[in-house]
Amino acid sequence: MDAPVSPPRKELAMEMAGVTVSTLNDPTMVMVEDVHWSVSVGDYWVVGGLQGSGKTDLMELAAGLIPPQQGVYRLFGHEMPIYGEHLLPERLRVGLVFDDGKLLNQLTVWENVSLPLRYHKNLTREQAEQQTDAMLQAMELMPWRNATPGALGLNRRKRVGLARALMLRPEVLLLDNPIAGLDVRHRNWWLNFLDQLSAGHALMENRPVTLVATSGDLRPWTDRARQFAILKDKRFIVIGGRAELPGHSEPMLRELMAAAA
Amino acid sequence: MRFFLRAPLPRTFANYAGRKLFRFLLTIQGFVAFALITLGVIVTKFRSARDVILPRTLNEISRSGLRLLPMFLFMSVALGLVVIGQAVSWLSRVGGTHTILGTIMVLAVVRELGPFATALLLLSRSGTANVIELGTARALGEVEALEALGIDPVHYLVVPRVIGMATGVFCLTAYVILGALVSGYLWAFLQNVPMRPSDYFRQLAESLSSLDFAVVAVKSCLFGFFIAIITCYHGLAQPLALEEVSRATVRAVAQSVIACALLDLIFILLYLVV
Repeated sequence: MDAPVSPPRKELAMEMAGVTVSTLNDPTMVMVEDVHWSVSVGDYWVVGGLQGSGKTDLMELAAGLIPPQQGVYRLFGHEMPIYGEHLLPERLRVGLVFDDGKLLNQLTVWENVSLPLRYHKNLTREQAEQQTDAMLQAMELMPWRNATPGALGLNRRKRVGLARALMLRPEVLLLDNPIAGLDVRHRNWWLNFLDQLSAGHALMENRPVTLVATSGDLRPWTDRARQFAILKDKRFIVIGGRAELPGHSEPMLRELMAAAA
Repeated sequence: MRFFLRAPLPRTFANYAGRKLFRFLLTIQGFVAFALITLGVIVTKFRSARDVILPRTLNEISRSGLRLLPMFLFMSVALGLVVIGQAVSWLSRVGGTHTILGTIMVLAVVRELGPFATALLLLSRSGTANVIELGTARALGEVEALEALGIDPVHYLVVPRVIGMATGVFCLTAYVILGALVSGYLWAFLQNVPMRPSDYFRQLAESLSSLDFAVVAVKSCLFGFFIAIITCYHGLAQPLALEEVSRATVRAVAQSVIACALLDLIFILLYLVV
């Protein structure tokens, strides 16, 4: 008799076991404790939480900027943080889009977006021009090519941050509050673009990108993301898939999905 | 002695002095560590990302050198006036001979005032800008953004500034010294000092030794290196909030001046020994 055939196990992109998350500026301050979380390649997670719940710190830890205070965090099987130069290619498999873009204010939009490509591939401006312009076109940012970040509104700054993070074609994209503070048109653009990235966008050579986003409002994500978790009282609570959302008993989840009063 | 044992210094004063001492030692440790990291990055990443780092380095050399030429031309002329003016006035009063004007210029301008004044002026122009730019970048999270992109902030932000300032102080020092020596003769001429140009420049040549050239070159490069390290350290190495940038700038300027003075003292001792 043949053994039952189990479905092939997906490769783990990120894996946290008992991780305690601190902040970048104060390594002694605990923001989230005892995180047990696995993100498989191709997943699309949204982590909900109120302001100050540690969403940004969790993303910064996941990107390798903060070492875990306790526990083990593995990125594609490598225990983080990995600071060695020879492991840099592993770190670059993850891209991080910051809440407010965190653009380099001395550089123009074009220079900001082309910087990671030029730095890591050692390209001149001319050599990086084609790829950078293609990215700016995809983000509808060409009219602001020579503007500095200070001249842009939040809508465009966030897109520049996204373009910059995508320049090295990461396999995992971490997005910290990507649609917070955006107007309706830009919010819809982001949600549609993230859907395309998750399914495989031409910019990423049609390869699906693993997405992890944080948000203070889960409503726009309920029919977009595939897995959900929340941060509450320094705890990381995995909710599960879309089907688990409506009937879940967690009060915080209901709060994050409640319509505005 | 017994008095001191019976009546020790007030505890608050000991605390104050101890805190100051430890803070001083920690600052020195921070500078040394930061300088070693920077030197390590210069050596290990000399060839990496050259098409990004080289233009930034050239831009820093321009910012800390080329673009400051008019300002330093003014300073060099003023320096020639101050030294020659005082020297001629003093020699006239004591009945001294003007055959030592060249020697005075070498002692005052070439060995001391030229490099030191250049370093201090560059500190006020470019050093303060370093702290403000880097402190603001740090406070706004730009350094985290660089790290998230896998870009070494020391390589991208500090190395061009260190090379630019070391080169800038060296070139500007040579420029200031030459300008002060030439303007010195012009000021002497205007004060009716009976001396031909050939006599003046012969005095200069006789007073200069090969050690002077070596010391000026090394000293000016080290001034630039120290100023860049201290200002970049205060801008970058500590987590800063925006409101702390001005305080960091004040600290960086004060510590840079002290570092340059101490370095200068070492070179004075070198002259005494050699």
